[in-house]
Amino acid sequence: MLRTDGVSMRFGGLTAVADLNIEIDKNEIIGLIGPNGAGKTTAFNMITGVYAPSEGRIYFKGKDITGEKSHKITERGIARTFQNIRLFKEMNVLENVLVAGYLRMGTNVFQATLHLPGYLRKEKKSREFAMSLLESVNLADQAEESAIALPYGKQRRLEIVRALATKPSLLLLDEPAAGMNPQESIELMDFIVKIRDEYDLTILLIEHHMQVVMGVCERMYVLDYGVTIARGTPEVIQKDQKVIEAYLGVE
Amino acid sequence: MDLPTFFQQLVNALSLGSLYALIAIGYTMVYGILRLINFAHGDVFMLGAYFAFYAITALLMPWWIGFIVALSLTALFGIALERVAYRPLRDSPRLSVMISAIGASFLIENLGIVIFGGRPKSFPSIPLFDTVVRFGPVSMLSVSLFIPVITIGSLIALTLIVNHTKTGLAMRAVSTDVDAARLMAVDVNKIVAFTFGVGSLLAGLGGIMWTMKYPQLNPLMGIMPGLKCFIAAVIGGIGNIGGAVLGGFLLGIIEILIVAFLPALTGYRDAFAFVLLIVVLLVKPTGLLGKSQTVKV
Repeated sequence: MLRTDGVSMRFGGLTAVADLNIEIDKNEIIGLIGPNGAGKTTAFNMITGVYAPSEGRIYFKGKDITGEKSHKITERGIARTFQNIRLFKEMNVLENVLVAGYLRMGTNVFQATLHLPGYLRKEKKSREFAMSLLESVNLADQAEESAIALPYGKQRRLEIVRALATKPSLLLLDEPAAGMNPQESIELMDFIVKIRDEYDLTILLIEHHMQVVMGVCERMYVLDYGVTIARGTPEVIQKDQKVIEAYLGVE
Repeated sequence: MDLPTFFQQLVNALSLGSLYALIAIGYTMVYGILRLINFAHGDVFMLGAYFAFYAITALLMPWWIGFIVALSLTALFGIALERVAYRPLRDSPRLSVMISAIGASFLIENLGIVIFGGRPKSFPSIPLFDTVVRFGPVSMLSVSLFIPVITIGSLIALTLIVNHTKTGLAMRAVSTDVDAARLMAVDVNKIVAFTFGVGSLLAGLGGIMWTMKYPQLNPLMGIMPGLKCFIAAVIGGIGNIGGAVLGGFLLGIIEILIVAFLPALTGYRDAFAFVLLIVVLLVKPTGLLGKSQTVKV
């Protein structure tokens, strides 16, 4: 599904990510963990085309997508959420989902502006799709409310739904459990598994909540100062000496 | 002042105000999307008028075809301007883009002098717009009646586009968070091009209407209206389309009222726009309809 081949990112003299080799198969849930500043979000930014990597290639479904523009990559089927929530603040809940859903609507600027035939039908369909997504996360009742008026946990869920509206096959979640209490985190784990099954997704997630990562991820990669220091199943990672050092420091 | 004079001035004020509003919309739309003041907007306005002039006088098109051709060319020019002068600087500091905008403005003005000639040209008379209409003692050019209708029509159309179409939603998304919009598969370049196209089209429309009202063209004719409409957009709250229209009307009305009530100050009529700008910025820096932004530290 996704493969990165020796990907590196340098900002001036700083190497944020060095020689990253990730391989993800269809329908896997993979964790990307590491201390703060390890280069996890930078890795996400390279995969989604926010940055073009300094070195290496990124392959998605066998195609080289290195350096493609973000909106093209989203069209190919990679969607993401953000570490710090980035909803469209001035829009209501439904509109946030609609923006993303329009990608798959298949109308152009002129049809949309002039309301040419067929547009209204498609418009109705994408509204229904957006509402069904909102229903699946119990946000349908608040569709008309302002997105930033939602409580924090719901904003997180809305962000995930917005990403789902682009109908991705690979979903990148950047710290989905950030700021959640233990109860919410457990709900989130169930939710992640649920959407994976329901929407036939492959998921790569960055997370600090070890409970979430260990509970939901089938395999994981550990970064420290941009370098991949370990990879494997949760059991392997928990016992890995380098990982323990990175997190707890060396005695 | 007697009643007929009052109405006469009111009509003048409304038609000038709606002309300002039409041009101010372009400033505000571009700012809303890119946080960029397109200083060349006034020159796009000038080009619109010249395109129509040449379409009608040199290519001998009927006026309405000439107008359509001129407006399309103006819209395309606006899109090309963004592509050449602004897009390469999209990620540069705001100041660089602003300098590029000022440079583009000077370039267009001076190319205008080279290509169109510095001597003013007079716009051919089009009976539909040139007729003098009388309501009792109040008389006006018919174009003065068309302008407010066009402005209000454009305002309604734009509001519908922004609030009720896919394109409009994408525009709002880009305006709030460019990167997030891009990652939701919004083609930002397309949306920016669309915005410049529509803004320039309205500037072109403003330019043509302006030359109907004041039937003389010269390559520097866009400078003053451009500046004033920028002021109108700021007064109304830049980034807000309704605000631009409000600001435009306000500016037009105040300008005409000053000329009407204080004839001695007529020579300073342009200065009042700037005084108004200073006052508004002092009292309400975000403009009349602008949202105050609280900056979190």
